[in-house]
Amino acid sequence: MKLLQLSPSDLRHQLAGNGVWLRTGPFSLRIRSRLPRVAEGLTELYGQFEVRSAHQAFADFHVELNPPSRLRRWFRPQVNFSFDGAQPFKPLPLDQAYPMLEWGLNWCVSMHAHHYLIIHAAVVEKNGLAAILPAPPGSGKSTLTAGLVLSGWRLLSDELTLIDRRTGLLHALPRPVSLKNQSIDVIRQFSPEAFINRVSHDTAKGSVAHMRPPRDSVLRQHEPARPGWVIFPKWEAGAETQLTPRSRAETFMFLAENAFNYSHLGADGFRVGTTLIDHAHCYDFRYSALSEAVAAFDRLAERRAA
Amino acid sequence: MLSCTLRSPDSVTRFSMGEWDLLVRQARSAGLLARVRHVLARHQLTETIPAVARWHFDAAATLAAKQQLAVRWEVDKIRTALKGLAFPFILLKGSAYVMANLPAASGRLFNDIDILVPRAQLGAVEAALMLAGWHPTLLSDYDQRYYRRWMHEIPPLQHAIRATVIDVHHAILPDTARYHPDSATLRSRAIAVEDMPGVQVLATEDRILHSATHVFHDGELPHGLRDLTDLDLLLRDAAANPDFWPRLTARANELQLGRSLFYALRYLRYFLDTPIPDSAIAALERDKPHRLTLALMDCIFTRVLAPDHASCADRFTPAARLAAFVRAHWLRMPVHLLIPHLLHKAFVSPYQRNEKPA
Repeated sequence: MKLLQLSPSDLRHQLAGNGVWLRTGPFSLRIRSRLPRVAEGLTELYGQFEVRSAHQAFADFHVELNPPSRLRRWFRPQVNFSFDGAQPFKPLPLDQAYPMLEWGLNWCVSMHAHHYLIIHAAVVEKNGLAAILPAPPGSGKSTLTAGLVLSGWRLLSDELTLIDRRTGLLHALPRPVSLKNQSIDVIRQFSPEAFINRVSHDTAKGSVAHMRPPRDSVLRQHEPARPGWVIFPKWEAGAETQLTPRSRAETFMFLAENAFNYSHLGADGFRVGTTLIDHAHCYDFRYSALSEAVAAFDRLAERRAA
Repeated sequence: MLSCTLRSPDSVTRFSMGEWDLLVRQARSAGLLARVRHVLARHQLTETIPAVARWHFDAAATLAAKQQLAVRWEVDKIRTALKGLAFPFILLKGSAYVMANLPAASGRLFNDIDILVPRAQLGAVEAALMLAGWHPTLLSDYDQRYYRRWMHEIPPLQHAIRATVIDVHHAILPDTARYHPDSATLRSRAIAVEDMPGVQVLATEDRILHSATHVFHDGELPHGLRDLTDLDLLLRDAAANPDFWPRLTARANELQLGRSLFYALRYLRYFLDTPIPDSAIAALERDKPHRLTLALMDCIFTRVLAPDHASCADRFTPAARLAAFVRAHWLRMPVHLLIPHLLHKAFVSPYQRNEKPA
């Protein structure tokens, strides 16, 4: 059953009670929360995802978002993220409840799923080949990811590149795309059909909102992709759209440094990482206009398909 | 669920999905996921783990394997740092199990490396470790004084680059504690680690007694069950030697650690069904607490040694944790030191946090 088939009151009721069991890519979650904002965020963004009653099901991650204490209910209300009873983060203002769920889920995956090599990068796919987009915050990675998935590329993830250690394939975790500050308006203008949820202001990352993942990406979430490219995007005001090849060795080093668990995997991390780099074309990419950037990516995909 | 699995691994063949869910969660919170995987593998039960749950065990095993490699590497780094000193250092707990290739190393996760050195040499050891990159972790002046004046260890040292933590001990219990096992006797029986000149581990009985003492003198027991499974593995391994049990109980008396051993054996039977001969328990008769004390201890330890997970708690668990905390402090220091210390911790320390650099 899909989440959108649950009535809003049923969803709220289950979240406040036993919790909702939800599948996102290779992971299952059990989410509990009494907060209306969390229910609202899930309804708006996770409609296409599979849900079950949480009773008696196995879930990878048991998470809870609730106010830390009843006392703070009226005075500067807060929200706490719990991972099976443990609180890995300090509480945040209640307004940030929904982004906190997304950040918390990223933490769950990156701290535990060591059967993957996990790199901090977005991944999108076309014609079976995936483009990995690693980049420091502020480089326009999320904006580009959102633009691409609104233009026919499939979303694998906007934050976590999951590389299967046995097969070297990339697994999809097509959760909502996080948009920050100006990129929220850029994407609204780029595609009026895109659904973006309410903005949380004054977070550690500025203003944050989440874009609903395309339906097709969610329906195909169990379909892995082969690594095709590693592309470092950089948004620069007024820049020409420009793709420049970069060295594989340097790219590998960057990926290793930006992996969440490279050092945990020992020699196997090196093997998985170098195998991936051997199959990928590596580029630096500068852009200012999102539509031109998308066109450049489409040309890359056509060239590899030919 | 978790101690039931460790006691009789075969029970997993009858687990429902809900029970597997609970096992993974309890094992994770107890730091025992990798060890459970190891136990299941030893009983040829790996195939019974449902496909959806398997990665949790594999990922934990990946982490444990990596940590053991890292421990070996760190021990070698410590050895290099302390090479110039004319005495060996003794590895305690987890790192000792790894370096001595004991079954108790299997699937074990680590927080830090504990070493034991002669008290007179503490200054030289600390200086040598600091030269090699380990620095005192940020602590308030009060904590620093507390460690150095009263404790059996100096404040933890953290490596500036690798962030690894070493606890340097000069004894296995604080100076202020009720019991004073003599560190010199411990050192005199220490065993050299193969191919690692200058590195030693405690003798078999001492290692077990230290582990038992640690469980029953530590106020916070986040890894209580893990420490018990360590003990279980250490005892099963050592019991292959027919004189082991009499030697263990005799040594416990010699080191004034009979009471800790008594409790350890009692709760090992309770949680893990460790095969312990009645003669060993009988040999500790003198250390057995009063009937009422024992009843109270049972109430406390059957709760605090269970995994710190909501599914293992009843309404008395918070009280039991508090009682264990108070008891541990009670054993560690006399009242005239304990009361000012707890007051300081309760009313002064919480307000000093902000002064630390961010």
